[in-house]
Amino acid sequence: MANATTAHHDDHHDHHPTGLARWLFSTNHKELGTLYLIFSLAMFLVGGAMALVIRAELFAPGLQLVNPEFFNQMTTMHALVMIFGAVMPAFVGLANWMVPLMIGAPDMALPRMNNWSFWILPFAFTLLLSTLFMPSGGPSAGWTLYPPLSLQGGNSLAFVILAIHLMGISSIMGAINIIATILNMRAPGMTLLRMPLFVWTWLITAFLLIAVMPVLAGAVTMLLTDRFFGTSFFNAAGGGDPVLYQHIFWFFGHPEVYILILPAFGIVSEIIPTFARKPLFGYTSMVYATASIAFLSFIVWAHHMFTVGMPLGAMLFFMYATMVIAVPTGVKIFNWIATMWRGSMTFETPMLFALGFVVLFTIGGLSGLMLAIVPANFQYHDTYFVVAHFHYVLVTGAVYAIMAAVYYWLPKWTGHMYDEKLGKIHFWWSTIWVNVLFFPQHYLGLAGMPRRIPDYAVQFAEFNMISSIGGFMYGFGQLLFAYIIWKCVRGGEKATAQVWEGARGLEWTVPSPAPLHTFDTPPLVDDKVAVHADRLT
Amino acid sequence: MSNSTPSTLRTAGTLAALAVAMFGFGYLLVPLYDKFCEITGIGGRTGDAVAVEALSGEIDTSRVVTVHFDATVNSALPWRFEPTQRMMDVHPGKLYETKYVAYNLSNRPVIAQAVPSVAPGRASLFFNKTECFCFTEQLLGPGESRDMPVRFIVDPNLPQGTSLVTLSYIIYKNDAATAVLAAAD
Repeated sequence: MANATTAHHDDHHDHHPTGLARWLFSTNHKELGTLYLIFSLAMFLVGGAMALVIRAELFAPGLQLVNPEFFNQMTTMHALVMIFGAVMPAFVGLANWMVPLMIGAPDMALPRMNNWSFWILPFAFTLLLSTLFMPSGGPSAGWTLYPPLSLQGGNSLAFVILAIHLMGISSIMGAINIIATILNMRAPGMTLLRMPLFVWTWLITAFLLIAVMPVLAGAVTMLLTDRFFGTSFFNAAGGGDPVLYQHIFWFFGHPEVYILILPAFGIVSEIIPTFARKPLFGYTSMVYATASIAFLSFIVWAHHMFTVGMPLGAMLFFMYATMVIAVPTGVKIFNWIATMWRGSMTFETPMLFALGFVVLFTIGGLSGLMLAIVPANFQYHDTYFVVAHFHYVLVTGAVYAIMAAVYYWLPKWTGHMYDEKLGKIHFWWSTIWVNVLFFPQHYLGLAGMPRRIPDYAVQFAEFNMISSIGGFMYGFGQLLFAYIIWKCVRGGEKATAQVWEGARGLEWTVPSPAPLHTFDTPPLVDDKVAVHADRLT
Repeated sequence: MSNSTPSTLRTAGTLAALAVAMFGFGYLLVPLYDKFCEITGIGGRTGDAVAVEALSGEIDTSRVVTVHFDATVNSALPWRFEPTQRMMDVHPGKLYETKYVAYNLSNRPVIAQAVPSVAPGRASLFFNKTECFCFTEQLLGPGESRDMPVRFIVDPNLPQGTSLVTLSYIIYKNDAATAVLAAAD
């Protein structure tokens, strides 16, 4: 780096390593983005298989397929794998691919750290998944790892905690890289308020990651020392308090759920204008709404734990603070609908997934408001109503947005159009079955079925059977998604640089597929290129 | 890497420092939570008036508060543990004493720790224990039984309308201390 010749040599990977070494040593944002996305798809299928074990056991009352210990390991692992293995790496992969292209940067700011951020993940998940094969089995206290239950399992907890540390390090390094890229490497003229909304939501998400992933690391480290080194942070016999863990965990946990959804807001804000052929309505309000949601996420954590007991004033504060979040979220949904108002809309697969997101995420948001109401929360807490709520916001929210993004940018990545007919089948199949899967769970929860229990009273049998059928149909339908991607990588109709008739922005000015090195000479950005600025509306 | 300009490295350094600081903040939440519980009286904290100060207070003979004593033994502890007296009518400001009795059912010495809490929550800061077996670890030899005293004063400032206060203890086995004891034998 000190040597100018070496630096020059390094920058232009003219004699590129091939085979495995190409992927192991890559510092290229596009290749690492691809690795992140492939890893995420693999974890999505692994986590999905675990969900199918859960749904198979719950198909009928009684214990049929797995023993309760293994069932509990499945619910815990499903959550950890989906959150840290599928959704978060997918968003980081999309950021890797698209942020430099969207702001006119040649690469990420810290390419070597980028390589390290990714390659930690396979090791982290090998550690995590290996616990399933250990004598004491995997973690089974739920992904929240509440003590004292989480401290009463086997020694495999140490592996789980180390895996969580590694995932945290990976996320923090990824977040540092994204912020450093956005703040330092924008093309001339790309002012902050000209940035595409996906870049904005990721900038804010990255700050959330840096603020809360270390707090999770602290919480699990305390668990580790309580379990193995004789400290008593959460051990009442030694003067600790298990409720303290819940406060620390949810101080991380609530911002975390916005980490899982803010980039999705950004994706939908890119896709809807393209297919409505109108600039995004209320760009500036979208930026401020995102920032408000991020701020509010830090002061609502105790709504996850109303039932542990707290003063009335605290309950009221956390209830109202939670409900306030509906305001900036409502602003966003209003803006998406207003963007479509009188637009020349077409309904290609990315748009279908984005519209599915707007409708179904809103259902999840409304059940979230119901959960925020303290007296109602006492009834809903730890029931299937909560399960239905967070799967509407995470599956039909975050996962739908990720799939929309994949269909939207796949032609840019591969140079081929995906099979539109199969894409539409994938959307409609998923949307029908995901509702069959999750909607009945609202009723189960309201009727009192607890979550994380492998057996249930016979009164819940019908809705569980319907939900399981939906689960299997939805789950196997996702193999079609993997096939569509594979088919598109292999070939298909050649994509133009712009790909979509209504697409605007820097990423559509480079050829499809995007060459390994883009924007070596920074583009000049003015109001014509920056389609997102409010003044154009 | 040509991208690693000084400004990029400065940003990355600042953010890394922020991440380290937030790790520290996670640990800072431990004393903060403790302080918060002390101020609000949640999490089983009770008033901490010392004996001398409390004794000098006025006794409000016009008011009677019923104190209810409760005990729970954690399943890992092979003890019997119960109050000698279920209820007591007290005047705020006056010092009272009651006893809990503990009996070690096992054939080896065990060290336990009792953790108190007071209900309703709004009364917890007005319930002062001047002496309590919960202040220290308790050691009982095999089959040994012991009366363990609690001295307390209900603060005359206890909110009007609170006529019943419950003092509840959960007693836990102190695994670490018991293990040390067993090793010393």
